[in-house]
Amino acid sequence: MSERIAMRADYTPSEMMTIAAARALTNDDVCFVGIGAPSAACNLARLTHAPDIVLIYESGTIETKPSILPLSIGDGELCETALVTVSVPEMFRYWLQGGRVTTGFLGGAQIDKFANLNTTVVGPYEKPAVRLPGGGGAPEIATSCGRIFITMSHKNRAFVEKIDFVTSLGHGKGGDDRARHGVRTQGPTKVLTDLCVMEPDATSKELRVVSLHPGVSREQVIESTGWCIKFAANVTETPMPTARELNVLRDLQARTKAAHGAAA
Amino acid sequence: MAAILSLAQAVEDNLKDGDTIAMEGFTHLIPFAAGHEVIRQGRKRLKLIRMTPDLIYDQMIGMGCAERVVFSWGGNPGIGSLHRFRDAYENGWPNKITIEEHSHAAMANAYDAGAAGLPFAVFRGYRGAELKRVNPNIKEVACPFTGERLAAVPAIKLDAAIVHAQKADAKGNVLFEGIVGVQKQAVLAAKRSIVTVEEIVDTLAPHSPNAVILPGWTVSAVVHVPGGAHPSYAQGYYKRDNAFYKRWDAISRERDSFRAWIDEHVLKKGPDAFAVHVNKAA
Repeated sequence: MSERIAMRADYTPSEMMTIAAARALTNDDVCFVGIGAPSAACNLARLTHAPDIVLIYESGTIETKPSILPLSIGDGELCETALVTVSVPEMFRYWLQGGRVTTGFLGGAQIDKFANLNTTVVGPYEKPAVRLPGGGGAPEIATSCGRIFITMSHKNRAFVEKIDFVTSLGHGKGGDDRARHGVRTQGPTKVLTDLCVMEPDATSKELRVVSLHPGVSREQVIESTGWCIKFAANVTETPMPTARELNVLRDLQARTKAAHGAAA
Repeated sequence: MAAILSLAQAVEDNLKDGDTIAMEGFTHLIPFAAGHEVIRQGRKRLKLIRMTPDLIYDQMIGMGCAERVVFSWGGNPGIGSLHRFRDAYENGWPNKITIEEHSHAAMANAYDAGAAGLPFAVFRGYRGAELKRVNPNIKEVACPFTGERLAAVPAIKLDAAIVHAQKADAKGNVLFEGIVGVQKQAVLAAKRSIVTVEEIVDTLAPHSPNAVILPGWTVSAVVHVPGGAHPSYAQGYYKRDNAFYKRWDAISRERDSFRAWIDEHVLKKGPDAFAVHVNKAA
């Protein structure tokens, strides 16, 4: 145990989350990338085990290979390193709606046990306690991509019994609810947090923990989840980040920080 | 043919109080200099349409130009909230505003329908999404051939569109390069339009036969404003000023610091002040 803790000190929970998300991607994926943790994970995958992964950002850039992470979804770096840049209507009509994206990455302020996401408001819509940025591309990313991965920091104010607003559909009310909405794509197949990896149950579609990150206890996950979280029959331990994964991720983030400039 | 005008004249001629307008640019080519001119001319009760309100509408909302905002993602990208937008919506400062909220796919389709002269846009969207509960402009239609239920939203029809581009020639033909967003659609969906540009050149050639070009006869006014998209960027001229986007969080957080910034950088300045940004970080 002491050895494991010593090794854990070599990386942060947030790095573990990004690395676990990167590992979930394959070289054959066509990935619709959001800003923040998803962008870091997708580019880490591209710079390690998935060099041919196709990354698409909603600003219209297709097959982009940024050397730094964009601060915004339409930074010049994305266009300069893309195979081609299309208009935003074309992006949403032909490429996303057209079913050409295998994997979409989403996050949010709130998630429930069926992986529905809220990025719109905390509190009632008309009189919100906190007004969040809104859906952006998420409502259609959630239903048009072949499958969805979600990355979020694991806190019980974010992992809640009932989300205040369904910005984007996960598994709805569970079971075959997606089909009842006329949606044929898989929806969220993995939720990757800084504590664990969750996947929906095959039938009920309720999220359950399938893998705990090294050094994380079941109690920590239970305390950080606002609903009564279930665990799979065989919960594995997420493999520790490798030196290469950590080096590539840290180099990427250092280049990004230098390029964006410090806030005054 | 587009008139080549000063920024003050172009805004004077093409924008009225109460207009429904879009000042577009998806992260790239956001017409900030024009936004500042709208603030200086004190336009009121505008219905502001933009996929991502960004700092440009945060500034205009904070200065009382807006009555309604139609949008799909209202944050400071990678940073956090648009504080002036939130203050107006939540606290009515400096005036109460209403909102109409969509997804990006809906707005992109609605611009496309506006440019095409259609009454509404149809797309596969909003499935299981709660926005359709709170926004009465989101409806469903059945495909007349397959019966598939599809989302429908009204086309975006504008009194005026304001955008920024890299180049125009003397006839007011305009060339856009890089991330082109919905600018072409916005201009074609508008009765009047203003395009600010980095350069006015003798000829746009050489360019690809498939380049994104708006003929001068589709544009009302072209204005030469080098640096006019700062702190967003103009590909080939200057990079996005990400450090400014980060600084805006503190500038805009309080009403006093916001007003002080606007006084110094907008009310006491003109479009010439933008030229300093060209090539600074390219």
